[in-house]
Amino acid sequence: MTAVGIPEPGKPGWRQWLLTDTPTSRRHARAASLYQSWLTLKSNKLAMIGLGILVFLALVALFAPILSPYDPFAQDLGNRLQPLGADGHLLGTDSLGRDILSRLIHGSRITLYIVSLVALIAPIAGLIVGTVAGYVGGWSDTVLMRITDIFLAFPRLVLALAFVAALGAGIENAVLAIALTAWPPYARIARAETLSIRKSDYISAVKLQGAGPLRIITKHIWPLCISSLIVRVTLDMAGIILAAAGLGFLGLGAQPPSPEWGAMISEGRKFILDHWWIATMPGLAIFTVSLAFNLLGDGLRDVLDPKDGGEL
Amino acid sequence: MSGIAIKNLNVWFSEGRDRVDAVKNATLAVQQGSSFGLVGESGSGKSTILRALTGLVPTWDGHMEAAGETLGKKRSASFHKKVQMVFQDPYASLHPRHSVDQVLSETLGLHGYKDIEARVSKLLNDVGLGPSFRFRYPHQLSGGQRQRVAIARALAPEPVLLLLDEPTSALDVSVQAEILNLLTDLRTERNLTYLMVSHDLAVVSHMCERIAVMQNGEVVELMTVQDMRAAKPKQSYTRHLLESALGYKRQEFREAGD
Amino acid sequence: MNILDVENLWVRFPTRSDVFDAVRGISFSLGKERLGIVGESGSGKSMTGRAILRLIRKPGMVTADHILLDGQDIMAIPERKMRDVRGQRISMVMQDPKFSLNPVMTVGDQIMEAYSLHANATKAETKRKAMEMLDAVSIRDPERVFRAYPHEMSGGMGQRIMIAMMLIPDPEILIADEPTSALDVSVQTQVLGIIDRLVQERGMGLIFISHDLNLVTSFCDRVLIMYAGRIVEVCQADKLHEAQHPYTRGLLNSLPRLDEPSKRLEVLKRDPAWREAASVSGSVSAPA
Repeated sequence: MTAVGIPEPGKPGWRQWLLTDTPTSRRHARAASLYQSWLTLKSNKLAMIGLGILVFLALVALFAPILSPYDPFAQDLGNRLQPLGADGHLLGTDSLGRDILSRLIHGSRITLYIVSLVALIAPIAGLIVGTVAGYVGGWSDTVLMRITDIFLAFPRLVLALAFVAALGAGIENAVLAIALTAWPPYARIARAETLSIRKSDYISAVKLQGAGPLRIITKHIWPLCISSLIVRVTLDMAGIILAAAGLGFLGLGAQPPSPEWGAMISEGRKFILDHWWIATMPGLAIFTVSLAFNLLGDGLRDVLDPKDGGEL
Repeated sequence: MSGIAIKNLNVWFSEGRDRVDAVKNATLAVQQGSSFGLVGESGSGKSTILRALTGLVPTWDGHMEAAGETLGKKRSASFHKKVQMVFQDPYASLHPRHSVDQVLSETLGLHGYKDIEARVSKLLNDVGLGPSFRFRYPHQLSGGQRQRVAIARALAPEPVLLLLDEPTSALDVSVQAEILNLLTDLRTERNLTYLMVSHDLAVVSHMCERIAVMQNGEVVELMTVQDMRAAKPKQSYTRHLLESALGYKRQEFREAGD
Repeated sequence: MNILDVENLWVRFPTRSDVFDAVRGISFSLGKERLGIVGESGSGKSMTGRAILRLIRKPGMVTADHILLDGQDIMAIPERKMRDVRGQRISMVMQDPKFSLNPVMTVGDQIMEAYSLHANATKAETKRKAMEMLDAVSIRDPERVFRAYPHEMSGGMGQRIMIAMMLIPDPEILIADEPTSALDVSVQTQVLGIIDRLVQERGMGLIFISHDLNLVTSFCDRVLIMYAGRIVEVCQADKLHEAQHPYTRGLLNSLPRLDEPSKRLEVLKRDPAWREAASVSGSVSAPA
């Protein structure tokens, strides 16, 4: 397929090329539908604020060594518990005299690391379990869904605590524990979607072409489940960050002196009455990022909902 | 003989107390190259016969033969190549996230064709859609265009037998005319056999040579289209359907009202 | 005297870049008659029905020079007063009763509610009236239906119950939007018979919105044919086969017919000029 007449980016023809109703190649069609979704998302101000915060967070994490004014681990006991705006320390210092701003900046890497790992493991596990249970039905459905129910029966943090206690404290184990507790809701959603999709005519039609269950699940059911899972993941991100912070706070996640935000709050707790900013700053960071994910998730729901995707 | 032969077919849904007998002891035969209509109201079991034929409903007994194969519980790859179906609602029968190109290429790939590029273009031409439709998504198509894509998908494996499940009932009358003409042309060009289900007697009489009337899962009458046009049904139910199809009969209620 | 008089009605929906006009300046009137509005999907026929009741949801906009109901302009009255018009003076029956009935209330309660919203009556009288109404829509055992929930009813029964609910406050106008297209032909005839009888007995005006030309011709007195938001032709229902406009002719010819076999169906060729042509007025001047 040769893409005919691709104009240079930036020229007025570019926008027209993307907004066409008559795409000329596979690539063109995909680009055009992505652009339509982007326009819908762009019209949602709150979602754009959320996206902006997250892009900012990603940039901060990427350039952490350049951006942070101090080494996040460098202690300066003579300069401890400095208030906000103190000389050279914009957000003050903690009980060991470490610069809080630098620690926050480096902490964003840990937060992104946790979030992206959990966001990869949990929905994919849930998607596989849910679609197989929903499509195959019968015994496999019963067995898979009862396992899901068992996981769902425990409060998430308590279960994560149990896993971490068994696996040993540490950031990787915290990620694993959170992922293990986070997949069942995704499995439920994927199963519910699969149940309604598998009865539809387009699935019957592809069955009549002789397609097997594996192809139907991966090529036809997954693309439709994924959008609702993405929405759910972004809405769950806040919970995941909080769970990771909670584990850090309890001393079961990231270990000191790691600048993980939850662990920072935990340390600052001892001084909360006299030196409130030590716990508040990482708290604010957690709050902002969680909110950003929620806003973006809400916006994505409007864009990705397959039921009215692209209609007037 | 590569038409359809159905003898004493029973189809049911669920077991035990909830069992619903959707088709009861149905017998009918469709000659190769002919066009056969199944009419009846909703719940009469007409669509269920098509679904049992294609293997979408596994709970049936009796004898079914289509395109030269005697049908068991599973359908073979060669069956799917010879027998295809067009569904009622073009808004539900196309995957919302797959472009026309994806739908047709996947179908051709599943049937083992190699020259997919050329075949996709030819299929689109055959159903009266130009190359400009190739990369569109379903939401960029009108109802009639979607139904053309669905017909192209059904034609992809070059079947001999096409099952049509109310192919125009979700469309406007002017679009219906286009689709019915297309189906007529395709049948002449490719020497296809049609088994068409519809609740619209006029559509069935336009398309089919022989007609079976179904009521509550049973075939109540078999007739030729000439008999139907001449309004010579043997059964009162058929007469009732024919009368209803001709429109509403006015009555004066003013003096009757009290 | 006309019951309803619509002048220059527009329904607009803003889209991302433009404004989409669903109904484009139509005028018509309704007497004590059965007025059919036919058209294909997207012709604006359903929007017209909703616009009369001011039921177009935001961001849609309805404008009209006037919509006179017995000489009173209902475009000018506030939304609170409009609620009294809906149901009490103009009622509407929709296509699918499944979506119009409340699934967690018994049929009887819903009919009684419809009546008590508009009339001050004792409970006993309301109940008596509701039973009467169920009887009027030819429901054989009203006692049982009265206590039943909507999901226990078939499509035809559901539509009769909707009609009962809509007619119990004694409206002057009934708007029926494809009331029978979700029903089987045999049930369809019965439901139409009920609508026909009640409308005649009560001397109401009926606006019957449908895509089915045959049905409208046989059921209505007068027919408006809509295309792309405009009325392209108005004619007496029994003279529809003498229609002049190429669109109407095209629609009629594209129907397969039981009585006249044809090898091929005529395909409607849409002329862009039809979109631009001015709307035909569907008003009848009051008889002298």
